[in-house]
Amino acid sequence: MRMAEASKDRGFDWNRHFRAFGAAYAFLAIVLADSLLNKNFFALNTFWNLSIQALPVLLTALGMLLVISTGGIDISVGSIMAVAGVLCAQSLTGQLPIGGGSVPGAMFLGLAVATLIGAFSGLLIAWFRIQPVIVTLVLYIAGRGVAQLMSDGGTIVFYGTRFNDMGVARLPGNVPIQLVVEVVFVLATAFILKKSTFGYYVQAIGENPAASTLSGIRTKSVLVAVYALSGFMAGLAGIFTSARSSCADPNTLGALAEMDAIAAVAIGGTSMNGGKSRVMGTIFGAMIIQLVTITINMNNIHYAYARILKGLIIIAAVYLQREKKR
Amino acid sequence: MSERVLLEMRQIDKRFPGVHALDHVDFKVRAGEIHALMGENGAGKSTLMKVLTGLYAKDSGEILLDGKPVSFHSPLESQRAGVSTIYQEINLIPYLSVAENIFLGRQPLNRTGIDWRAMEARAGKILAEMGVDVDVTQELRRCGTAIQQMIAIARAIFSDARLVVMDEPTSSLDEKETAVLFQQMRRLKEQGLAIIFISHRLDEIFEICDTVTILKDGKLVEERPVERLTKLELVSKMIGRDASDVLRRKNGGYDAAGKRTVLEARNVANEVKLRGINVTVRAGEVVGLAGLLGSGRTEFARVAFGQDGDYTGELEINGQPVRFKSPRGAIDRGLAYCAEDRKVEGIFPHMSVRENMTIAILPKISRFGILNAKKQDEIVERYIRSLNIKTPGAGQQIHNLSGGNQQKVLLARWLCMEPDLIILDEPTRGIDVGAKSEIESLIQEIAGRGIGVLLISSELEELVRNCHRVVVIRDGRNVGDLEGGSISEENIMERIAQGAAKEEGHENG
Repeated sequence: MRMAEASKDRGFDWNRHFRAFGAAYAFLAIVLADSLLNKNFFALNTFWNLSIQALPVLLTALGMLLVISTGGIDISVGSIMAVAGVLCAQSLTGQLPIGGGSVPGAMFLGLAVATLIGAFSGLLIAWFRIQPVIVTLVLYIAGRGVAQLMSDGGTIVFYGTRFNDMGVARLPGNVPIQLVVEVVFVLATAFILKKSTFGYYVQAIGENPAASTLSGIRTKSVLVAVYALSGFMAGLAGIFTSARSSCADPNTLGALAEMDAIAAVAIGGTSMNGGKSRVMGTIFGAMIIQLVTITINMNNIHYAYARILKGLIIIAAVYLQREKKR
Repeated sequence: MSERVLLEMRQIDKRFPGVHALDHVDFKVRAGEIHALMGENGAGKSTLMKVLTGLYAKDSGEILLDGKPVSFHSPLESQRAGVSTIYQEINLIPYLSVAENIFLGRQPLNRTGIDWRAMEARAGKILAEMGVDVDVTQELRRCGTAIQQMIAIARAIFSDARLVVMDEPTSSLDEKETAVLFQQMRRLKEQGLAIIFISHRLDEIFEICDTVTILKDGKLVEERPVERLTKLELVSKMIGRDASDVLRRKNGGYDAAGKRTVLEARNVANEVKLRGINVTVRAGEVVGLAGLLGSGRTEFARVAFGQDGDYTGELEINGQPVRFKSPRGAIDRGLAYCAEDRKVEGIFPHMSVRENMTIAILPKISRFGILNAKKQDEIVERYIRSLNIKTPGAGQQIHNLSGGNQQKVLLARWLCMEPDLIILDEPTRGIDVGAKSEIESLIQEIAGRGIGVLLISSELEELVRNCHRVVVIRDGRNVGDLEGGSISEENIMERIAQGAAKEEGHENG
């Protein structure tokens, strides 16, 4: 008895381990399953494809991670993707007087509007104390409406433009440009959350908003910044998605992206109540979401199964990472 | 009191990562007795009770209820077996009515569902017997904290319990309400119930309890009938050292000559509670703010700290007129406020000791928004050492620390910003005698360094022991100012009472 207790004391804390690395394990498990199912899986191309296709879910998940860490949620990211994508496309194709048809100008326009929409959510949440679900739900509904109105409901196509080139650009060594963007934003998010005062504040607000204010944190400004960042990330995701497919469809661009982003954060082990942000977990969560889709496609299985599988993975991940009662 | 043993816990053992919370503890409660469970914070009282009620799983040992081995896996199971618990924090449902809260889960039924009329009648009767005058149909959240506590007690008592666990039930009750509670406890005792009573107030133990079990560091120290124990013995057993120096008056005199004024409040009033408060605190001075709960003590602190919006009157810090719109502004001008409720307004439970301690000074130890981790570690290590904070390391999540150590981390949060004035709002509430004594010594040390201290406390002895001057307030305005030798519990109470007499218009001395 004594011996057993002693070893338990020094023993490995599996619960804690799973909370930190659960998503990484799940990712490896799926990779393993894939390599068994499909002999061609371990080609470099699969990796390039994954990194290209994972960009929207990864970027929106990083933004969502900040939001969820404050104890909030952002349902509007999919609609923001649509607004940013459509705006950018219109500016490029000369349908708008702003942006001047240049790629940087168009991107700036899309990103600026996406960031403003996010900041607007933050404003309503922080100053008017409306619940985040409600505020972003309103923008989820209205945002897509705006995108559809802007383009009269039609798809904007821009084959062969420089913008389109950017979406499919490869660096030396065949590295897709998306991978570079992903690395940059992953590192930036990790840096913000682990090293900056802003990152501390984000997590502190999620842990205890009353104590945050009393500790001198300007909680309202932090909230606005967080939702603005989430909007910015959604904007970037929307722009890259439309650049890659050389069209912006206001009806489908970013549809259900918010759900994937939330799922990625949940799989990554960040509590929906806010607090500790898990960046690594979120990255693997996003990769899992995308990998499941790819797996289903590669094996010619109906897409409906991907959704069921994602559901099961979320349940399993959240179960492994739950707070054990002591 | 019979000799029939109702509850026996044998060799209970429980470990948490890094802590041996219960080390083979034996605990026995007889039918018809009120049994005090004593010990400092972190001694294992709450853990033992949580093991009993099934909230925690024990590592080893056995529990016998009425001689039969039992093992509860959830509070619901233990409740069904007749073990009822009243927690320190009220866990009722704010949006249900008073009657619903009392009968939740066992509402009287009729053909169509809940028999509301019967339920409300019975609830009314129960509360009337307890001397609580409240409309049982109103929502619970509309009742005051004390009333809510009484309702929680009513709920526990009238659930066919054989054993009632009361974890600091009196911490939010005033004297009259406590008396009512004790009367109910004696009645239950006569009916043959057993009560396990946890309280930090020693007087209460000697007033109401039959037997005391003392725990220290997870180990059983002793079980003894109350009548064969003195207060001093109890305290010294709890803290494991000689108690005579624990409760001594701490402060020396204060010489105001040549000291600058750090806080000057003139006629601070607002539309809510404050009717004109005047307070002056000089450098190195400990000024007490005394008054009943709800007299405006905490409200004044929050208003001064920029937390609670608009007010009239003037506020000066170091001679400069100020008007803070947010705590950030107050902090930047050298004002610190250590809030009253540690859980709700103090700690970030899942963040580390390091993060909890430095959250208010992050702008000072960062450049361009990037934290200087080395500076942070230096400060944290320094305060862990100088405040004698017991933690396995700076990276430990704060919720794993005992209440007293959590409070020290919070004090460190404010001390490390090197304030000119610190407002301490009930700094020793809910912590044990040993930690209390340490924190009181710390208050003197802070003042010794030239920081002005405004001490808000409900415990008069604490004010008497620590303050150079005490400002007494009532109903949002000053009613007295005591200095040096004239500070005594009697004088403070007299000022509060006189304030009352004036208000009611009978002047009698």
